[in-house]
Amino acid sequence: MNRKQRIMLIRIIISASMMVVLHFIDASGALGFILYMLPYLIVGYDILLEAISGIIHGQVLDECFLMATATVGAIALALYEGSGDYTEAIAVMLFYQIGELFQSYAVGKSRRNIAELMDIRPDYANIEADAGLEKVDPDDVAVGSIIVVQPGAKVPIDGIVIEGESSLNTVALTGESLPRDAGPGDAIVSGSINMTGVLRIRTTKEFGESTVSKILDLVENASSRKSKSEDFISKFARIYTPAVCIGALLLAVLPPLANAALGNPMAWGSWIYRALTFLVISCPCALVISIPLSFFAGIGGASNAGVLIKGSNYLETLSKTRIVVFDKTGTLTKGAFEVSGVHHGTLPDGKLLEYAAHAESASSHPIAKSIMSAYGRPIDRSRVSGIEEIGGSGITAYVDGHRVACGNERLMKMVGAKTIPCRSVGTIIHIAIDGSYAGHILISDTLKPRSAQAIEALRSAGIQRIVMLTGDSHAIAEKGASELGIDEVYSELMPDGKVEKVEYLMASKMQGSKLAFVGDGINDAPVIRRADIGIAMGAMGSDAAIEAADVVLMDDDPMKIAKAIRISQKCLRIVYENIVLAIGIKAACLILGALGLAGMWLAIFADVGVMVIAVLNAIRALFVKKL
Amino acid sequence: MKKTYSIDVDCAACANKMEAAARKTAGVKGCTVDFMMQRMIVDFEDDADRSSVMSDVRKACKRVERDCEIFI
Repeated sequence: MNRKQRIMLIRIIISASMMVVLHFIDASGALGFILYMLPYLIVGYDILLEAISGIIHGQVLDECFLMATATVGAIALALYEGSGDYTEAIAVMLFYQIGELFQSYAVGKSRRNIAELMDIRPDYANIEADAGLEKVDPDDVAVGSIIVVQPGAKVPIDGIVIEGESSLNTVALTGESLPRDAGPGDAIVSGSINMTGVLRIRTTKEFGESTVSKILDLVENASSRKSKSEDFISKFARIYTPAVCIGALLLAVLPPLANAALGNPMAWGSWIYRALTFLVISCPCALVISIPLSFFAGIGGASNAGVLIKGSNYLETLSKTRIVVFDKTGTLTKGAFEVSGVHHGTLPDGKLLEYAAHAESASSHPIAKSIMSAYGRPIDRSRVSGIEEIGGSGITAYVDGHRVACGNERLMKMVGAKTIPCRSVGTIIHIAIDGSYAGHILISDTLKPRSAQAIEALRSAGIQRIVMLTGDSHAIAEKGASELGIDEVYSELMPDGKVEKVEYLMASKMQGSKLAFVGDGINDAPVIRRADIGIAMGAMGSDAAIEAADVVLMDDDPMKIAKAIRISQKCLRIVYENIVLAIGIKAACLILGALGLAGMWLAIFADVGVMVIAVLNAIRALFVKKL
Repeated sequence: MKKTYSIDVDCAACANKMEAAARKTAGVKGCTVDFMMQRMIVDFEDDADRSSVMSDVRKACKRVERDCEIFI
C-alpha cells in the first residue's frame, strides 16, 4: 500500500467508526446534522473538492461530480423531509471510497505481481578488468567484451561461452523448467539464470539488442496495443454516463409533472430519491477497469508460460483462430536432417555408414553432416583420398583404398551399379563400393516427438482446420501429414507460394474466424506477417522472428501453440463475463431503482460489489498453468 | 515521432479521459494511455515542439482529471 492508499484507509476507518458510534447516540436536529457531517466530510471531502473543480472546468459528468450530487442530494432530501436520516448518503460515500481503494490496491498489486513474473531484467554485468571483476551497467558493455556470470546470477547480455561449464535455467524465458547445459562455444541468451558454474562469456550483442531487452520491450508495449473489447468499453462508458444522468433528470422531473397533470400528489421527494439512485449507478469504473486488467493478466500469464503475445489485440485475435497453418520444417519437424535407416546393405550398417561418412567428410552439406553425425565417431582424414564432387549427383572418394560412391541414382548409373529403389520416403543416398551396389541410407527430417499430440490438442482447443505447407516433395509431405493426423497438405511450395496459399486460405475462411500461421521465423517471415496472426516458434535468440511475429513461442515445443490459444480463449471468456456481469447488474439496478424497488444502499453495494468481482475475475486470467 | 511518458492515474476511466484530452491537444497526432503500465505514448506532429506540446497535454489532462500526473 502506498501513502495515498494508507491515508485513504485511515479516513475510511475513522469515518466508519464514527458512524457506528453515531448509530447508538440519539442525535437529532442541528446537532445531529453537524455530527453526521463530520464522517461525511472526512471520507468524502476530496470528492466534493474535485466535483467543484470539475464544475469550474466544465467537466460536469465526471464520477466525483456524480457521487457528490447523489450524496449531497440525499442529505438535502433528508433535511427537507426532516427525517434526519443521513446514514444512507454517508454510506454511499463510504462504500464508494472503499471500492476505489480496493480497485487501486488490487490493480497496483496485480501490476507488481505480473511485473515480477517478467522480472528478467539484469541489474548489472560483471566485466573483467585489471583489478578483478567490475560491476557495470549492462548498457555500457561493448560488443565483444568478456563478462563473467557467477552461479545464481542472470546472464545480462547475449554471447558465446568461452570458458566454464554450467546449467542454465531458462524458465523465465521459455516456461521450460528443465535446465539447459552450456559449455565453451555454446551461444547463450540473456535472461537465463546461471545455476552451477562460473561462465566467462564473450558478448555478441549490445544490451539493447539482446534477447532480454527485446522481450522486455515487447511485453511492456503489449498492453498499449488495445483490443476491440477495450475500445468498445471506453466508447460505451462515454455514452453510458451521460445517458444515465439524462435518465436521472427525466426521472426526477417527468413523473411528478405527470402526477400533477393527472391530479395526483406530485411526490417530488420519492422521484428525486430514485433519480439520485441512478446517479450512484452511473459510474462506469467497474466496467472500464476490468477489461485492461484481464488482458494484462492474460498476457502476463502467457509470458510466464513462454508465450509472448505482442498486444491485447493479438490476444483477442488469437482467441478467434479457427484455422492453423503450419510451415512443416522447424515447427512440426526438428528442422534438422537425420539418418533414419540403412537399407539393403551388403555390409553391416555401421561399416556402410563409416564408408559414407568418410567419403562425405569434406562436405558441409546438411546431408553429409547428418551422415557424419549418425556415424558418431571421429573421422580419420588420412583414410580418405581423391575426393571428387560430382555436381548434382554426389561424391566419389577412395576410403581405405576402396572406391566409394555416395549419391543419387544418376551417380550409381555412372559408376555402373544397379540400384535397389527405396520404399520409404525421404532423401535417399545410394552407396556403391568398387562399382557394385552396397545399399542406401535413408535421411529424413524427423518429426518432433510431441507434434502429433500438439495437433490433437489444437483440435480439442476448437481449431477446425489444420493445414500443412511445405517445400518438400509430395510423398514426404503426405507421409508426415498422415503420421500427424493433418488432413490438408500443400507440398513442393516455394516461399512465395506459401504466401499465396495463406492468402487463398484466408479468402476462403468463414467470416469472423481467424487464421494463424506457425513458422520457425527464419525464412517464412513474409507469411508470418501476412496471416491474421503470425506465430514464430523456437525464437530464443532469433531477432527476425521476434520482429515479424505477433505471438512468439520462446521454445520449440509445438504443444505451446494449443496452450497459447487456450490462454487467449480463457482471457477473452473472462473479458466477456466481466462485460456481461457489469452491464447486466447495472441495468438491473437501474430498472429496480426506477421502479423504486432498489434504494441507494443496493445501488452502492451493486456498484462496489460488481467491481470487486470483476477485478478478481480479471486476475483469474493470470493462472494458465493447467491449460 | 513517438515518445513514452510515465504517468500516475488512479482509475481506468480517468485514463481514458486523459487519452481523449491528449488526442485533442494541438501538436499531438495520436496518443495511447496504457493504464496498466501507467504510461502515456504520445505521437507528435512532425513540426511540433515537444516540450510545449507536453505542457499543453498536461494542462488538458489536469482539467479532466485533477488527480493525475504526467512525468515530463
